[in-house]
Amino acid sequence: MADVILEMKSITKEFPGVKALSDVNLVVERGEIHALIGENGAGKSTLMNVLSGTYPVGSYTGEIFYNGELCQFKTLKDSEAKGIVIIHQELALIPLLTIGENMFLGNEKKNKMGHIDWDMTYNEAEKHMRQVGLNESAQTLIKDIGTGKQQLVEIAKAFSKNVKLLILDEPTSSLNDEDAKMLLDLLIEFKKNGLTSIIITHKLNEIIYCADKATIIRDGSTIETLVKGVDEFSEDRIIKGMVGRPMDDRYPVREHKIRPEVGLEIKNWTVYHPLYHEKIVDNKISLKVHKGEVVGISGLQGAGRTELAMSIFGKSYGTNISGELYLNGEKIELKSPEQAIRHGIAYVTEDRKTNGLILEESIRFNTTLARLDKVCQNNVIDTTAEKSVAEDMTKAMGTKTPSIEQKVGNLSGGNQQKVLLGKWMFTEPNVLILDEPTRGIDVGAKYDIYCLVNQMVEEGKSVIMISSEMPELIGMCDRIYVMNEGELRGELDAKEATQEKIMSFIIRATEE
Amino acid sequence: MATNKEKQGNEQFQLGAFLTKYSMVIALVIVFILFYFLTDGRLLYAQNMSNLLLQNGYVLVMACGMLLCILTGGNIDLSVGSVICLVGGVAAVLITNQGFNIYLTILLCLFLGLAAGVWQGYWIGYIRIPPFITTLGGMFIFRGFGRLVLDSKTVSVQDTTFLNIFTAYIQIPGLDNGERILSPLVVGILVVIFIFYRTVSSRANKEKKGYRQNSALADFGRTSLISLVLLAYCYLLSQYKGISVMLLWVVAVCLLYHFITSKTAFGRYFYAVGGNEKATQLSGIDTNKVYFIAYANMGLLAGLCGLLCLARVGSVNGATGTSFEMDAIGSCFIGGASAYGGSGTVSGVIIGALLLGVINMGMSIMGIGDSWQYVVKGGVLLLAVIFDVVSNRKSGK
Repeated sequence: MADVILEMKSITKEFPGVKALSDVNLVVERGEIHALIGENGAGKSTLMNVLSGTYPVGSYTGEIFYNGELCQFKTLKDSEAKGIVIIHQELALIPLLTIGENMFLGNEKKNKMGHIDWDMTYNEAEKHMRQVGLNESAQTLIKDIGTGKQQLVEIAKAFSKNVKLLILDEPTSSLNDEDAKMLLDLLIEFKKNGLTSIIITHKLNEIIYCADKATIIRDGSTIETLVKGVDEFSEDRIIKGMVGRPMDDRYPVREHKIRPEVGLEIKNWTVYHPLYHEKIVDNKISLKVHKGEVVGISGLQGAGRTELAMSIFGKSYGTNISGELYLNGEKIELKSPEQAIRHGIAYVTEDRKTNGLILEESIRFNTTLARLDKVCQNNVIDTTAEKSVAEDMTKAMGTKTPSIEQKVGNLSGGNQQKVLLGKWMFTEPNVLILDEPTRGIDVGAKYDIYCLVNQMVEEGKSVIMISSEMPELIGMCDRIYVMNEGELRGELDAKEATQEKIMSFIIRATEE
Repeated sequence: MATNKEKQGNEQFQLGAFLTKYSMVIALVIVFILFYFLTDGRLLYAQNMSNLLLQNGYVLVMACGMLLCILTGGNIDLSVGSVICLVGGVAAVLITNQGFNIYLTILLCLFLGLAAGVWQGYWIGYIRIPPFITTLGGMFIFRGFGRLVLDSKTVSVQDTTFLNIFTAYIQIPGLDNGERILSPLVVGILVVIFIFYRTVSSRANKEKKGYRQNSALADFGRTSLISLVLLAYCYLLSQYKGISVMLLWVVAVCLLYHFITSKTAFGRYFYAVGGNEKATQLSGIDTNKVYFIAYANMGLLAGLCGLLCLARVGSVNGATGTSFEMDAIGSCFIGGASAYGGSGTVSGVIIGALLLGVINMGMSIMGIGDSWQYVVKGGVLLLAVIFDVVSNRKSGK
């Protein structure tokens, strides 16, 4: 009889309008490293948040058994008291505090008088830091150590909470290969001492390297659990499980009329990080899009796709940008978003709430913002013209709203996306860059947006589509570029592209 | 039955919306009535009503500039009072001690205010020094320069040309003489005719284009109410000296900034930056410039205020303008400007400034001391913002 530490039974979790998890089961044995894999948005993080009590009992259905007893966690503290500790993808450390302060934040070591005992704090902190191989002083500030060591501090922090079950959400995504390997070796080491870990990762080679079992989640359901030594445990096998969903007719048909003229082309485009000036975000990327063509850019989050698009769009991201940019065959330089807009480039952001729309303002206000001069005379807004523009755009996009004076923040995600698209259609672009255009919106709105894309290219315009949804790219694009870790790793004709092929480009890149 | 109920619900909803929209106007009316009774009607004396706007004229001018700063994201300008002291001091010294040309002095002083604003706007807009810090620095720096210029003395100005430009009462030959003053009434009637004409023409325009419009009752009711208040005020002015040039300055500034914020592309960018700076930047708008202009403009208006204050008080010393910026900031927030930026109107700010003005004046008439006035003013500011935050939360924002 296997020694089961954790069993999650038919977990279902719904968000307004979305079923994030449906009848998910997960069994973890004591002392194993269990990998959880799936595409972006498959529900991995949601499942772990259910387990840790971030989503309290009652907000989901199903049962969690830990060490054989039923758990009903209301907060993160409840699960931590049982020794379940989750380390999130984005590290929750405060840069200007010391390692010791961070480790005991919210859990301070107090003496009998009720104030913090700093000697004990730093002594304890260093004890746990040695466990993970950190030889720094506990009084070092977090900002002074690299991300690799910060990740180790998180693990040391977990030890300080007397961890029994450690959950790591993409722990290696911000690490270089060397640090990543060290971290995985550390996990294997801890396993020998009886620690159980659940690791969420996109990097399949890491799973092969360290995991004992792998559970695959797809579209909010558990597909299968592969066991090392029993099932076939290879990258190909895992990819098949990850992407094996049937492709329906979710994409409107268009006649492919690609023209020989090139709409936009970049050569040797290199972008550096705006804060860490030595870090290359996009390295010598060359790509082009013809008129009447939809070109996709595939890759995982953090591959440098958004950064590439924004740097093209008037250098709105990055520093020290080099390379050549050609618009309609002519070499140009765009120094600001305004110049990019004037030259007929539109960038529809992946993050409509933070970077795209002014939520407190009306549809009318948002629609005309990027080219307000088009409804102005001598810098004075012609309100009549503005209203009719907003009305027309709302109709053309099929935005569902009671009036154009409606606050954008009150619209659904799909309708917000349509307002955002309308805003950029109003700038009359020749090159439209869409960044995750269908993220978080329903199927109907997706279809409408696909139709708009088709309409654009039929008019002879160029569209670049960045998406993490591979079926979407395969369904909509003429050609697909694959990016990973700031580099272009391949180019595929959409006709011969499959999810496996795209994935293998990404994986191969990661392995190097 | 069901339709009846629905209708009722609808009407109730509209009443609620009406109350929220005009809450500060209603508050102003209530406070006004309250003080009318507390002062046994003295609040409404012609002299007091005339002074209400003249005393608070500088607050209104400052508040228009402050609104632009606040719109960009709840940022304030702490240096306004000090700029007033510096500009007022320079003007007084140039006119009284040096005998400079008046018009040249005025131009020079406005330029000086603008220069102070440009200095701060540059750091805030292009180097991104936090506005609070930059203007706190400015508050000390300009106050210091002001004192240096004044040499720690009080300098007064008696030059009539200068005073006439800002504080004289208008005398139109034929309408006004020593005994009767008709010009306010004539002006009042002309303005009322104009706003009625605007209401009718805007309704006709909407009708022609087939736009949805308010009921005739609502539109004309509103216009009539405004006209009535206006005429009553003009009548009171005609009972006491008539229209002051100062009033014209203040009205002109308010109208100009109302126009800028509601009708121009550039005015809209202030709302956009305050609503979502990143999105505004990606819409091809130079957000640095928006910050820069907000503070440069604030400097210019502070310069104008310096001149207005000098003319009204007749002298300036090292303490002139102390904490004036707080009145401007208070007016903006009481008038419904968001502390996070992105919302607020000039008309709201005017209401806010008047509310503070009425409270000040009412309490002064009652003989209540400064100390209590501070307590009440602070309380009103806090209450107004609490009300705003809570009612927004209820409406699910």
